[in-house]
Amino acid sequence: MPNAHLKVWRGDTGGAYVDYDVEYEEGMVVLDVVHRLQATQAGDLAVRWNCKAGKCGSCSAEINGKPVLQCMTRMETFIPGETITVAPLKTFPLIRDLVTDVSWNYRVAETMPELKLSAPDADGHRRMAQIDIDREQEFRKCIECYICQDVCHVIRDHPENMEKFAGPRFFVQLANVSMHPLDQNPAKATVSHGFGLDYCNITKCCTDVCPEGIHITDNAIIPLKERRVDEYYDPVKALVRKVFGGGDKK
Amino acid sequence: MAEIETHDYDVLVIGAGGAGLRAAVEASATGARTGLVCKSLLGKAHTVMAEGGIAAAMGNVYSEDNWQVHFRDTMRGGKMLNNWRMAQLHAQEAPARVMELEEWGALFDRTEDGRILQRDFGGHRYARLAHVGDRTGLEMIRTLQQHAVHRGMDVYQEVTVNRLLKDGDRISGALAYYRESGRMVLFRAKAVILATGGLGKVFAITSNSWEGTGDGHSLAMQAGADMIDMEFVQFHPTGMVWPPSVRGILVTEGVRGDGGTLKNASGERFMFNYIPSMFAAETADTEAEADAWYEDRTKRRTPDLLPRDEVARAINSEVKAGRGTPHGGVYLDIASRRSSEYIKRRLPSMYHQFMQLAGVDITAGPMEVGPTAHYAMGGVKVDAETAATTVPGLYAAGEVAGGMHGSNRLGGNSLSDLVVFGRRAGEAAAQYALGLSTLPSVSEGEIAERSAAILKPFDGGKENPYTLHRELQDAMQEEVGIIRTNSEMQSALGKIDNLRERLGHVQVEGNIQYNPGWHLALDMEHMLLVAEAITRAAVERKESRGGHTRDDFPGPNADFGKVNVVVRHTAGGLGVTQEPLPQMPDELKKLFEE
Repeated sequence: MPNAHLKVWRGDTGGAYVDYDVEYEEGMVVLDVVHRLQATQAGDLAVRWNCKAGKCGSCSAEINGKPVLQCMTRMETFIPGETITVAPLKTFPLIRDLVTDVSWNYRVAETMPELKLSAPDADGHRRMAQIDIDREQEFRKCIECYICQDVCHVIRDHPENMEKFAGPRFFVQLANVSMHPLDQNPAKATVSHGFGLDYCNITKCCTDVCPEGIHITDNAIIPLKERRVDEYYDPVKALVRKVFGGGDKK
Repeated sequence: MAEIETHDYDVLVIGAGGAGLRAAVEASATGARTGLVCKSLLGKAHTVMAEGGIAAAMGNVYSEDNWQVHFRDTMRGGKMLNNWRMAQLHAQEAPARVMELEEWGALFDRTEDGRILQRDFGGHRYARLAHVGDRTGLEMIRTLQQHAVHRGMDVYQEVTVNRLLKDGDRISGALAYYRESGRMVLFRAKAVILATGGLGKVFAITSNSWEGTGDGHSLAMQAGADMIDMEFVQFHPTGMVWPPSVRGILVTEGVRGDGGTLKNASGERFMFNYIPSMFAAETADTEAEADAWYEDRTKRRTPDLLPRDEVARAINSEVKAGRGTPHGGVYLDIASRRSSEYIKRRLPSMYHQFMQLAGVDITAGPMEVGPTAHYAMGGVKVDAETAATTVPGLYAAGEVAGGMHGSNRLGGNSLSDLVVFGRRAGEAAAQYALGLSTLPSVSEGEIAERSAAILKPFDGGKENPYTLHRELQDAMQEEVGIIRTNSEMQSALGKIDNLRERLGHVQVEGNIQYNPGWHLALDMEHMLLVAEAITRAAVERKESRGGHTRDDFPGPNADFGKVNVVVRHTAGGLGVTQEPLPQMPDELKKLFEE
């Protein structure tokens, strides 16, 4: 069996990278190697994981500087002998080793609007054409790995923006509510509140790293921005608001 | 004793998968002050990995479908060992629970006329599984999670419950620790709902994540609750077998529901050789009829979609007979039977999973698959209507509860089980709690004693928890796996005793902050108890039925078809008895006479 040379972050913010040599076999992913390291050399190595199949979004880390799922990164993708650096997500406060405090995301989740569906048909069924929900189903593929949040420079470089910026994961959720064919929320519940949407300058970093291949920028963020413009920067509507009042633009 | 962080609730729900979330929503809606505890982050529970769908007789694809047919399929799939009343309530209430998920935001795939589409699955007579491609569990957990966080409950993430607490006979709370800080936390509660899922991690080849360590089964046993059907473990027929690191990862039954077929190394569709007499009348015996069935329900169904226990045993036999693939599985072929576009649309995550993890394009060639420990049919004995266990104030729903699925669960019946009985448990626990005027008391002495015991792995041993776990998994896989004999199971019991002794000398590195080695050492106590319960129940059941196959007692035995094996934890260890099955009323018996 060949050896992998790993540099793994150990400890909290005062920690350091530690070098490890770990044997690996054909077909292994980085998470397997990290688990072997845990079982043989570093029993207390902190790492989150659950499904090991790219479905739960628990094992996000920055491998050689790129945010990815450890369970979906195969060892074959590295040059033999290459040093593999495994670091925690940088945008979130470090707890220990590869585990970060992602609770901010859960606080943002509580601010998201709930769907309010129209009443079902007389026979109790709700009818929606498949073609009308294809895009929302794309949004709902999100596994909440928070890699898009990690890579987004609005918060990665400016943590102070976390107070007023929901981030790409939640723009996807907003787009899901906003585009649900039966949702009855007024537009202001989704697009006008903003959730910091205006901070995004559509550099597509989030789209590039999404392990589910969700077109976050093109299919969620840009349409939300367009709706927001339609709702609030339409000069005729603005005039109507000025004359008759109404609107709650933040 | 140092001051322990303490929280008081009417209802404490342990576990935040489908059952726990649904229970917490209902308890909260019933007016109970509700706390929800989960071992992982919210939304990462095992439910997220469910793929194929949620079974509910809505009749959207075949209008002939109704709860009676679903009930009959479920009972026959469980080889008639199911708690009939649970199976009936489940079949009757599943459609409403699916519609409720849609109301809360779930977006299931649609029929041509815009209703919820349903797919074929093993053991279900009609296409019955509401689904979202092959990621139905993700849809369900996200829907419930997003609904729950707006319902005014407290959620404790990455908190592991170590012991249930009692005041006399009744439940009074739970003692837990924060995985992040290692600090203890005490929950005082009038009622506790166990929704902790399964125990797959006692086996070496499993579809389960690190969480599936049987905590709820063990907590319930230690609190004195009766367990039933612990011998029945479902080995899902199709787990990945290669590369080694992904061995056991689930391959959805939806592959076969959507037209995929099993073949051995010489290309033979071997399932035609394994049709049991119980299902012979309704199963096709030629390839032509089996293939026609997908479009024409006057034809008999393909044997590829026999219940999971049958398919898992067949695969096991083929491999043992030397007709397996190079990596010790069989082939699952959908590439030669459906278009690439169809496969990618219906099974996107299978496509993704095989492409990324095995370098196999499932639209171009076959998958290699083999059985993987997937689901515990057995669990805490509960009342069908209320999910109440034999311990007052303790409820159980979802995989941790026993009875619903008998000796073998049909695919798709788990997600529906979670929401049907999650809701029932939530309501009943809340009503029980609201009927108590004061919180039951907890024992300071017991808390102090447990708080000290929990820290013991930090001093003075030499055993590595990861090594102990691996040895337990290997013993259970080899000796209490798909095919069992008395002598091997006695050997396994000896190993479990030995491992328990060595666990007393376990040593973990580091400190109490987010320390997986320490957490595993603590989980090992649960796994050993659960492994012993499975093995003792399996020794007791001297027949083969459903997810329990004895080489020394092949075939079913009519007497064992009338009883549950009950496991009970007493001062002297685990005791095993037999209890008669509840009898279904005559009008339901008629459903089985055709």
